[in-house]
Amino acid sequence: MMAIKRGSLYVVLILIALLLFFPIIYAFLVSFMSTKEVLMGHLIPKSFSLTNYIDAFQALPLLHSLINSMLVSIITTIGQIIVCSLAAYAFVFIEFRGRQFLFFLFVSTMMIPWEASIIPNFVTVQKLGWINHYAALTIPFFATAFGTFLLRQHFKTIPKELHEASRMAGLGHLTFFLKVVMPVSKTSLVTLGIYCFLTTWNSYLWPLLVTTDERSRTAQIGLRQLHAQENVTQWGVVMAGVVIVAIPTLLVLFLGQKHLQKGLMDGAVK
Amino acid sequence: MAMENPTSTGKVPSLNMPYRTFWEKTRPIQVAILFLLPSLILFSVFVFYPLFRTIYLSFFLTNQKGLPTVFVGFDNFIQLFQSADFLQSIEATFLFVLYTVPASVVISLFLALLANEKLKGIHFFRTIFASSLGVSVAAASVTWLFIFNPTMGVLNRMISFFGIPEINWLADPHWALLAVSITTIWLNLGFSFLIILGGLQNIDQSLYESSSIDGAGYFYQLRRITIPMLSPTLFFIMTVSLINAFQTFGQIDLLTGGGPGQTTNLMVYAIYKDAFVNFNFGKASAEVVILFLLILIVTLLQFKFVEKKVHYQ
Amino acid sequence: MSEVELLSVSKLYGNKQPYIIKNLSVTIESGEFFVIVGPSGCGKSTLLRMIAGLEDISEGVLRIGGEMANHWSPSQRDISMVFQNYALYPHLNVRENIIFGLRVKKISHEEREKRLLEACEMLNLTDYLNRKPRELSGGQRQRVALARAIVSQSPICLMDEPLSNLDAKLRAHMRSEIRKIQRQFGTTMIYVTHDQVEAMTMGDRMMILNQGEIQQIGRPIDIYNHPANTFVASFIGSPQMNMCEAYYDGTSQELRINNDLKLTMALPKLKTSTYIIGLRPEYIHIPQPNNSNQTTVQVVINHVELLGNDTLFSFQVNDQQWTAKWNGQWLFEPGDKISIALDADAICVFDKGTRQLVHSSIKQDHDELQKGVLA
Ligand SMILES: Nc1ncnc2c1ncn2[C@@H]1O[C@H](COP(=O)(O)OP(=O)(O)O)[C@@H](O)[C@H]1O
Ligand SMILES: [Mg+2]
Repeated sequence: MMAIKRGSLYVVLILIALLLFFPIIYAFLVSFMSTKEVLMGHLIPKSFSLTNYIDAFQALPLLHSLINSMLVSIITTIGQIIVCSLAAYAFVFIEFRGRQFLFFLFVSTMMIPWEASIIPNFVTVQKLGWINHYAALTIPFFATAFGTFLLRQHFKTIPKELHEASRMAGLGHLTFFLKVVMPVSKTSLVTLGIYCFLTTWNSYLWPLLVTTDERSRTAQIGLRQLHAQENVTQWGVVMAGVVIVAIPTLLVLFLGQKHLQKGLMDGAVK
Repeated sequence: MAMENPTSTGKVPSLNMPYRTFWEKTRPIQVAILFLLPSLILFSVFVFYPLFRTIYLSFFLTNQKGLPTVFVGFDNFIQLFQSADFLQSIEATFLFVLYTVPASVVISLFLALLANEKLKGIHFFRTIFASSLGVSVAAASVTWLFIFNPTMGVLNRMISFFGIPEINWLADPHWALLAVSITTIWLNLGFSFLIILGGLQNIDQSLYESSSIDGAGYFYQLRRITIPMLSPTLFFIMTVSLINAFQTFGQIDLLTGGGPGQTTNLMVYAIYKDAFVNFNFGKASAEVVILFLLILIVTLLQFKFVEKKVHYQ
Repeated sequence: MSEVELLSVSKLYGNKQPYIIKNLSVTIESGEFFVIVGPSGCGKSTLLRMIAGLEDISEGVLRIGGEMANHWSPSQRDISMVFQNYALYPHLNVRENIIFGLRVKKISHEEREKRLLEACEMLNLTDYLNRKPRELSGGQRQRVALARAIVSQSPICLMDEPLSNLDAKLRAHMRSEIRKIQRQFGTTMIYVTHDQVEAMTMGDRMMILNQGEIQQIGRPIDIYNHPANTFVASFIGSPQMNMCEAYYDGTSQELRINNDLKLTMALPKLKTSTYIIGLRPEYIHIPQPNNSNQTTVQVVINHVELLGNDTLFSFQVNDQQWTAKWNGQWLFEPGDKISIALDADAICVFDKGTRQLVHSSIKQDHDELQKGVLA
């Protein structure tokens, strides 16, 4: 009885996994196909030749856009961790007048979708001369209500006696923040980092607006262009592009999944 | 001798509190401001200012540079509500929300329940189920674009295998919004799945043990323990999905470009076109304000009606 | 050099009533083991944290070593503190935890290692130096927290219920350990507890606090014998002091509890009136034949607890439940009717209105007793 139940569970799991993972596998398979194979609608490529990948890199400065994406994602992640943890620290460990109000103000920005501010932001960034610069792609995302909220929830679990013991030992706010709070909260910082990396790498509309030349485009926009240039004939090349763009985030996800699941959950509900 | 000792009882001690300057007294808030300064500056520049600026712009006609020229009051809004295109866009957005949000939540819940079983190798399945979180909107859209391709795509090949005639998924007004929705649901699943799985794993195991002793079956436990205990998580993921659905852009840009015949012209895409293709910032700002109010209302309704059913510990 | 002096100190949170600490004055001598005891929520921690500098002093003056210290930062006060939950840094191992404060104070490497070694040997921590706090038992964590206080070599040490998370056996052991270390270093110790056994056994002096106000300060044994009011009387001592109302007739020199129970005793200072009297369970004795000096009464037992070689049993006196403690194993059953003798020389009398002590018959005889044994 148990064995039957277990067996059928596995069958269901495998079927669903195949169905859900199919688009990714499909993209992977098509990326090795020649134009002729694509046209005939094959599922399995005849050979795993890398010509499509070479073509993809040649058709566009894809490598450059990958580097852009990588740098933008890393800078945003680091910036967001610094800015949000500083803010979260103030909300948890410093008692000051108006703390409640300021925190409410911060959280309320979660209700304002980024899209709602996109028009003036575009103008601002233009005025600052940040178009086609990393600054436009990174700095506006350093401060997020989500990140501040998530870290605040974790900082609140640090016993206040730890802060008091540090004060008695002679630590100021900055040293306590650096030497105790940050190391103790490593897990939640990693969670936020993974989440931030994924969302930055995957962002689409904003990079589309603030980058205009090829050299500053991110991988997502590179993919858009690749598709615009080649879609009629070269599906294999486009799929090679898809695979290249998806690999870094898939890797980050696979490596950090446990972290992400636990950390996001705690921030979301507690 | 005793008199020389300031702590001795011989001398009446002064009970005046030592003086502290204003600078010393407000020290906590000074430190707090330093810690909050980066966030405050960034929020002011990139969130609060734009919000008010958008509202301001929505009452103006704008020139090619996006600068306000003539104050027109509510004209932008009136025109929008008289425009069939815009109403169509609102309708499409609501349909899209309806197609994607419940389906995403229900399917992710199902996946999470499956993946919460204690089986060998379950970690592998969890990773697969979460994988769409690691795929960007652009990569997913391009992939699905090919899957939906009328001649080469795998979908039409499969249905023709069952003798169903080819469907022009993305060019047929009947199917386009559905096709975009399927792509979106697939994209959402990874994140929702992870969050719900986390929620499941936070449920105290002893609840199940004690109800098993009482003889409760799987579905009884699901209804009486799992769903109530999971309700805060489900509520959270519903709210997040809802807000995300209202903000959909990438899928539309890559899959349909708003077509065919405006059927997939969701609000953010319409805003994008009005603002950055037609450079009509006044009109686009009015659209943003309406979008923002819609999101606000729907979220508030969510909180008012759905949160009541949420069981917080 | 390191006495701590509080002068009319009060505490309000956020300038809002009520007073958490009300007009409190006390001087804690250098090298003294001073215990602050009181029920949970009475303001013990608040008081300790004001001395530590973790909490602002709303009114009054704090002096440390004779100097006004109200606005000194916690680290300027040169005080060490042991917290109830130990407050160990979870990301640091035992060694780093212990010397954390020394690092901040920029004490030389050799000196750090010397103090570390000394403290760890004293507390048997040498084998755990590389473990993280979560890999330690409760008792070991507690010792790490102690070691952290020891290595700081601060002249003043504050402890906030440091033993309350330990099991009974370990607690008894640590009580004597802490006392030993305090004597060895001559530290001024301010020790907060809600456990009256700790208060009785550890302190040179103790202060009983209730709702932010001092009830009594003194040597534990003095407080035990002469509780200043009914609160102290019932708080100190276990099982707690039996109390009930009694009428004192000055002309007949009779203290009447009820019709069956009258004590004849001279209380020259007292007017004829109703008082509250208190009698500790250990002063209720087995009646001795041929002793005319005792007051015996028949009671009905309603509850019995056999504690190995002591027996506790309860009975009703007026509307109060009284308990007696007899040496030996007495196999009583509820419902048994027995005779007991009350020790009139051990009765405390409290004013009914103010609840202050107006008379205690207990002689201040422990000094003489001790001399008798020692001689
Ligand atoms: N930060 C605070 N704000 C307001 N009231 C507080 C705060 N901290 C403690 N109190 C109140 O002060 C009283 C004394 O608390 P505490 O000193 O912790 O008591 P104890 O340590 O004796 O158990 C309690 O009634 C508590 O509610
Ligand atoms: Mg306390």
